[in-house]
This record gives sequence, C-alpha cells and structure tokens, in this order.
Amino acid sequence: MQLLLFNVFNGLVIGMFYALMALGLSMILGLNQTINMAHGGFLIVGAYLAFTLDPYLGFWGALVAGPLCAAVLGLVVERLLIKPLYKRNEPLYTLLVTFGLALVIQDVARRIWGPQGLPFSIPDVLNSPISEALFFITGYRALIVAIALIAAIALFLVLQYTRLGVRIRAGTRDLETVATLGVNIYVLRALNFALGCLFAGLAGVLAAGQLGLIPTMGESVIMPSFVAIIVGGVGSLVGSILGGLIIGVAAGVMTTYYPAASEAVIYLIMAVVLVVRPRGLLGQEGLFE
Amino acid sequence: MNRKIAALAVLWALLASAPWWLPVVGGYTQLGSRVLIYALATMSLNLLLGFTGGLSFGHAAYFGLGGYGAGMTLKYLAPSTPLALLVGTLVGGAAATLLGPSVMRRRGIYFAMITIAIGQLFYFVAVRWNEVTGGEDGLAGFARQPLHLGGWTLPLDDTAFYYLVLVCFAAGVAIIGLLLRSPLGRTWVAIRENQRRAQFLGLPVARYVWASFAISGTLTAFAGGLNALLNNFTSPQDLHWILSGNFVIMVVLGGMRSFWGPLAGVIIFLVAQDYLSSLTENWMTFIGIIFILVVLLFPRGLLGMLRARTRPQ
Amino acid sequence: MSIDRRSVIKAGLAVGAAGLIAPPILSYGRGESPIKIGMHDPLTGTYAAEGESEVNGAKLALAQVNRKGGMLGRPVELVVEDDAANVGTAVQKAHKLLEKEGCSMLMGAVSSATALAVNQVAHEKGTIYMVTGGHTDPVTGSEAHWTTFRICTTTYMLAAGLVNTLYKKFGKRWYFITPDYAFGHTFQAAYAKILQSLGGTVLGNSLSPLGTTDFSSYLIKAQSTNPEVLILLVDGQDLVNCMKQAVQFGLQKKMAIGGGLSELEVMAALPPEARSGWWTVEWYWNQPKTPHVKEFVAAYQKAYGKTPSARSWFGYAGLHSLVLGANKAKSIQPVKMARALEGMVLPPEVALQPHKIYFRPGDHQLMSSEFPGEIKKDGKYPDLFQVADIVEGDKIALPVAETHPGKLDYPTA
Repeated sequence: MQLLLFNVFNGLVIGMFYALMALGLSMILGLNQTINMAHGGFLIVGAYLAFTLDPYLGFWGALVAGPLCAAVLGLVVERLLIKPLYKRNEPLYTLLVTFGLALVIQDVARRIWGPQGLPFSIPDVLNSPISEALFFITGYRALIVAIALIAAIALFLVLQYTRLGVRIRAGTRDLETVATLGVNIYVLRALNFALGCLFAGLAGVLAAGQLGLIPTMGESVIMPSFVAIIVGGVGSLVGSILGGLIIGVAAGVMTTYYPAASEAVIYLIMAVVLVVRPRGLLGQEGLFE
Repeated sequence: MNRKIAALAVLWALLASAPWWLPVVGGYTQLGSRVLIYALATMSLNLLLGFTGGLSFGHAAYFGLGGYGAGMTLKYLAPSTPLALLVGTLVGGAAATLLGPSVMRRRGIYFAMITIAIGQLFYFVAVRWNEVTGGEDGLAGFARQPLHLGGWTLPLDDTAFYYLVLVCFAAGVAIIGLLLRSPLGRTWVAIRENQRRAQFLGLPVARYVWASFAISGTLTAFAGGLNALLNNFTSPQDLHWILSGNFVIMVVLGGMRSFWGPLAGVIIFLVAQDYLSSLTENWMTFIGIIFILVVLLFPRGLLGMLRARTRPQ
Repeated sequence: MSIDRRSVIKAGLAVGAAGLIAPPILSYGRGESPIKIGMHDPLTGTYAAEGESEVNGAKLALAQVNRKGGMLGRPVELVVEDDAANVGTAVQKAHKLLEKEGCSMLMGAVSSATALAVNQVAHEKGTIYMVTGGHTDPVTGSEAHWTTFRICTTTYMLAAGLVNTLYKKFGKRWYFITPDYAFGHTFQAAYAKILQSLGGTVLGNSLSPLGTTDFSSYLIKAQSTNPEVLILLVDGQDLVNCMKQAVQFGLQKKMAIGGGLSELEVMAALPPEARSGWWTVEWYWNQPKTPHVKEFVAAYQKAYGKTPSARSWFGYAGLHSLVLGANKAKSIQPVKMARALEGMVLPPEVALQPHKIYFRPGDHQLMSSEFPGEIKKDGKYPDLFQVADIVEGDKIALPVAETHPGKLDYPTA
C-alpha cells in the first residue's frame, strides 16, 4: 500500500512535468494550428543554453535565461518556418516542417556540445529529500512541481486578464473575426508560439537539473505530452494539466504492478478516451473534428 | 499519351535491370531492394494521404507489424517465405482494418494525432513484450527461405530477392493503380477535395475513409514483410514515429497528388540518406533541412512540379 | 523566404551528380591497393560518445599499422559508418560496407543488438567480424560463428569480476535495475546465478526500457524491498540519470550501489555529488605498473584531446587484432584468418594490461581482464576511478563447455 502511495505521489511529480510540456504544445496547437514536433527541440535549446549560461548567471539566472532563449528562437522559427505555411491551411506542412526542425536542433546540439552526457549542477540545498519518510520527494522535485504550478497559474492569469491573453483566446476560437477587429494577428501568432516555446524551454532547464543534458533528451517527452493533450482535451489548458497528471500517475502506478506496460498504458488510456469521449476530458466540442 | 507509355516502359526497364547498373553509379543491390520496398509502402500510404486526404503520421505501425508477422512466421511457424509474407500482410491489414473506425470520422490534426498515438502503442508493445517480439533487440534468428516453385528451388540471395521484391512491387502497384481508376478511387479523391460536399451528396464518407485506411495499411504491411525478409531482421525501429515521418516526407517530396510521386520521393530520400550518412556525422541536420526545404519550397513535390510545368495554364 | 527555388534545385542536383560521378577518394595514390576494414558504430544518438571513442581508438591503431607497413605489406583503410545504435541501420550499413565499399572484414558495435545482427550478416557472407563493444553473451556463446571474434568481455565476465567484492563487503540481499535488452538480461542472469551460488538472495529485478530518463518508480520499488546492495546494470546516459536520482533520494546512505559496467564517458557525465559506488570497467588508463600504457595514453591524448576510455581500447585492440591475425595467417582469406586468430596472444603494446590475453579457440572470446573498483568522489577528470584489482579474464569466464559446446561452424567446403 505504501508502495502504491509512493508511486502515486511520484507520478504526480512526473505528471506536472508532462503538464508543463503539454501546456506549451496546447497553446501552439490552438492559435498556431501547428502540431509542434519540434517541441522537444525547444526543450533542448532551453536546457543547453541554460547550461552554457550557468557559470555566468548561476542556477536561478539560467532558469530564467534558458526559457527566454527558447522563446526568442520560437519567434524566429515562427517567422521563418511557420508563417509561410498558414495560408496553406493544411496541418501536414507545419507538422513536417517542425519534424525537420526537430532533427536539425538535435543534431546541431550534438555538434556544438558533443554527444556525451553533460552534468548540470543544481544548488545543494535542493539536492536532498525533504523528509526521511518521503525520500523520493527531493527538494528539486518539489521545485519542479512548484515552478510548473506557478507557470501554469501565471499563464492562466495572462490569458484571463491581459489584453494579449484575451486576444489569444479569442483568436483560438475565431481568428478571422479577431483580425477584422484590427488586431495584428501576425504579432499575435508569433507571441503565442514564443510563449509555447517558453514553456518548453522551462521544462528543458528543469529536466537538465534532473537528468543532465544529452542531445536526445527531447525525444522521450514529446509523445507523452501529445497524449496529455488528447486525454485532457484539445483546446483546454486545464485539461492539458489534468491530462499530464493522469498519465504521470498511470505510468507510475503501472510500474509498481506491471512495469512492462508502463509506457504502453498511457497510449491505452488515450485510446480509451478517444473512443469514449473523443474530445478529451475537458475538451471543447467541435475543435478539429 | 504515347509519352506516358514510353516513360513507363523506360521506368520498368530500369527497375528490371537495376542489379547491373546500380553498382556502377555507386549503389548496391540491397539499396535497390530497399528503395522498392519503401516505394511500395509510401505508394500505399499515398492512397490515404494524397488521394483520400487522410493525414496518417503513424503508418510505420503497419509496416512494422508486417515485418514482425513475417519474421515470427519464419521463426516460430514454418520456414516458408510466401507464408511469412502472407501472415505479415494479414496481421498489418487486420490492425489497420480494426483501427480504422477510430480515425474515420476525424480529419486534419486530430486524425494525425490519433495515428501518431496508435503507432506509439504498437512501438511500446514491440519494445516491451520481450518473450514474443524480442524487445529492444528486435526479432532475429530467422532468414528468408528459398522459394519452391514447382519442382525448382530458388535460393534468395541478394539479386534473386531483388527480383522477388520487384514482382511484389509490380503487383502492389497494379492493385493501387486499379483501385485509383475505379469508382472507389474517384470517390476518395472527391472526399479529399471537399469532404463536406461529399457528405451532402449522401456518400458514407466515414466508410470510404475506413476502406482507404484499411487497404493502405494492408499494402504497407506487405512492404513491411518484404523489409523483414530483406534484413532477415526486424526491430521496434520499424514501428517508430520517425519512420512514419520519413514515409510522409518521401510522399511529399515526390509529389503527394501523383501516382508515381512516392517512388521519386523514395529514390531521392533514401539515396540522399545513404550518401549523407556515410559522408558526414551531421547527416541528421541535412535530412532535417531537406524536410524544411521541401515543405517550404517544393510542397507539390518533384512530380507535382513537373506536372505543373507541362500542364497548360 | 527569398531563396530562389530554382537555385536550390540546381545546387542540389550539382551536389548529387558530383557525388555519383566523382571517383572514390583514395587515401593512397598509386601503388598497392589498400585493404579495407569496415567499422560500424553509433556516431549519433544515445551511444554516440562511446561510439566515437571506439572509432578514435581504431583510427589511432590504423595510423600505427600503416606506419609499420600495413597489413601483408598493403596499406589499410578504415571505412566508418554510423549505425546510430539502430539494428536495421547496422544491417544496412554492414551490407553497404561489404558490397559497395568492398571491405574485406568488419569490426565495431556498441549496442549488443547491433552486434548480434551484424554477426548474422557476417556469417551469411563469410566475412571476419571483430566485435569491439557489444557485450551480450550469445555473440561468443549460443550465436557464436566461426567468423566472429570479440574484444570486450561477456556480461558473465563483467558480473564475475565484481560479485565477490560486493558480496563480501556489503551483504547478500540484492535488488537489480536492469536495462530491458539483451545486454541487461544476460548481465542480470549472470549476477543472479553467481549470487545465488554464493548464498545470496535476489530481492527483485526491475526492467527499465532503454532511454528511461526517470527511474524514480524503480528506485522506490527497490527501496521498498530494503536491499543491502542495489545493482544498477543500466549503462550510458541511463546510468547517469539513475545514479543522479538514486543519490538525490539519499539511497546511497542506506545501501551499497553499484555492480554494473561503468565507463569513463559516464563517470565524466556524473555531477560530483553522484560520483559513488563500486563498478567494473574493462580497461583503465591509469595503470602505473603496466608497460606501454603511458605511451598509448599520451598518443591518444595528443591526437584527440581526451583520455582514452575502455571503448577507445576496444577499437584500438580490435583493429590491431585484425592486422595481427592477417599477418599471422599471411592472408586475408577469412577461414585462414580465423584459424590464425584462435589462441592468438595479444602483444603487450596492444594488450595494455598485465595479464596474458588471448582469443579463446572454442568461442573466439578475448580473455581480457576486468578492472573492478570504486568511483572517486572528489576525482578530477580523468582521474575518476580507483581500480581495486585487475582480474584475469580466463579465471572468471564461463568455460567454453558452457558458452559454446561443440565445434564452431566452419565451412566444410
């Protein structure tokens, strides 16, 4: 029983990480209508740039700088690669272009920083469990949860109460009307994409502290993030968080009882959701159908 | 019309004589077989992608299932190449048919995401089910058996196997060609062009998409079976989403709306990949750049561009 | 985008045409035609660092061999292909090396699965294959062929080199975290067998897929069984992540951690707080008493700016072994080479370790030594590991009767 509880808690921690990635993906899926296969690439960018800036800015500085760099790259990518494709109105192209971008980013990272794993040191204060009994909740893992929560709440506040946020939400529903109302949708879409990449970069820095850096680090996160969105519901940010937590816990619990199925189970959950409630748990009706 | 027949004749002549001229241009027979196998896989994918408008980004699942089906038949059931191919095709085809309903009512991004996730499901089953699939290491310990035709045994060395692949490729191409020319094929194109109108015309769109999905998956599985026989090996990599993505880019590269487009795309892509990966460690960067350039600059693909050029405006 | 579409097409065609028409670049001008050795290793992907080390070691050996007159008086050329630790790719590359490049023999592998697959190809084609770094037992065991030889030790030898130390020092209740593929399975089986014969208990075994980044679930489960020793058999980046998380959970205070294969590349990737545990390496650069090691280390450092790891030595010894075998057989004909390699003792400047190491005739496994020891907590690269002992390979390996009873499948014709 204790083992199960541990795994549930642990799953929630992992789930928050997936949720962070899913949030960014969901934003990009919404307004930019793009399946960002390069989301893992922006994770890498955030991680590696944080690593490079760490000696100058320290861990906390790098935690801020990494995601910002990812966001800036996101602006560039949106302008050069995504913008020309909006008018084609066919998700195939943005999917392929981001797929190609993912390959390029991973290989360039390997070229610049090398194929071997690189260590990323986190402040000592975070490096031990917060209590003897809950040994698996290290200070760092608690930080991941805290930052993910803060980021999610910040995003929610931005979307709810700022002009940018309102426009993004409106644009996701009906971009044409928003454009007619005089909003510069080019800037809007660019900022939205950058915001999504910011989240990926943030996830990257957090991952680096946990896992170290290696060029392939983005690959294993992207698929569960998609599943989180499908399970939680496309178009709902709370849904993305919920989806991330659900699959995190499911994977963690499965590891206790039947470890061989611990990856497959999240796709199984997704399959069930797609059959029973295709729009996802909190998804909005009619999107992408 | 005559030009078209002439072009086709040249194409088949080249394909039939490949083992002779391939080494001269720096190729090798195994590469030729691989090109034909991938061409078959991508032309079947194109049934769904280019002609019906279904964005399948998880087709490697059926390719891999075909491979595992063929491999497991040879390893556990019977040392018969034709049986292996049959089983592989049926396994992949069954999967595509059973899973068709989950995607047939969706379009665009949702369709794509579901196919990606289905692909991942199969991938993880293959990776983790060690006892049956060999897990991460893949399925080994089988080899393509000589063919017994009448009283005559044909051992399948590289060249003989190439011709077997060529025969299978021709058969697959014939099937795809016939389908596309039939009323069924016309309906698919109608659905691709304007799904809503097709629906208003009373067509059971979902069922047609299902048929397209199932047939496409079956032929791709056939190619997958051949692939397992080519390497005498199969592994979860044959189910991976990166392979699915490569299939799609090959179709787009050659020309999504054209019949022979995928073959052109496969030739360019595989040759480029083969050449680049021997030339430089950074081959993945170049492949990624190919993806990006193709999408941005050549979305209609090679054959799409050629056709646009020859067609009167 | 303002790039003109036409110019891109033209550029692409030009590159393609040039590639096809240009004659293969020969490293040697006129004169003797070179003997080509084909090498497949991961240069991209998770195992790229290990692959790179193997290739560098082989290249160093290549330079030495060619300075001394090559193989049978002919210059040697090394053709390297990236297999990305992907089995399908490895098989394709093996075919390419043999058919297109005309290589006379093959070497390489980091991933055990690629070693097994290329082993099959080599046997089909009747070509000598020197496995440098794929550890799984069947390569010189149940799947052994006359064509195939191996430099790195078997997983059984890896386990046997360390097990006694761990058992005596730390206790008899062990939990395993094992990577879910051939290497892991045979490694764990070896440990379990020896442990149980000593009277210890296997409390449990968690199989983690390759590329797992989050080991927390497995570590929680391990901790719940209250082991005295936690054996981590994962390697590469998986080991780095697992160790980091184990140390973050404070597990090293409750139990001994170690047991698996460690490599210099991995140790360098661990942050200082995670550097602990007892591990085994297959070759280490710091052997003050062994002759020739210093020269090798210096030459490698000069050429590549890094300290050689066990992987570097695998590539180095692998290429040298092929050359020595051919020279001894006075031929590159595979059967003759195979016979010559059987029982061949590696000269000290190639062996670079104190014991006598040789290719065992019955299964073609090199009887090289294991170097068990402890990671240095405060070590600075490259001085990261304290070797406790150098254990002779043929004392700990399973006898041939158990790895490959019966004769090897030499062609009868």
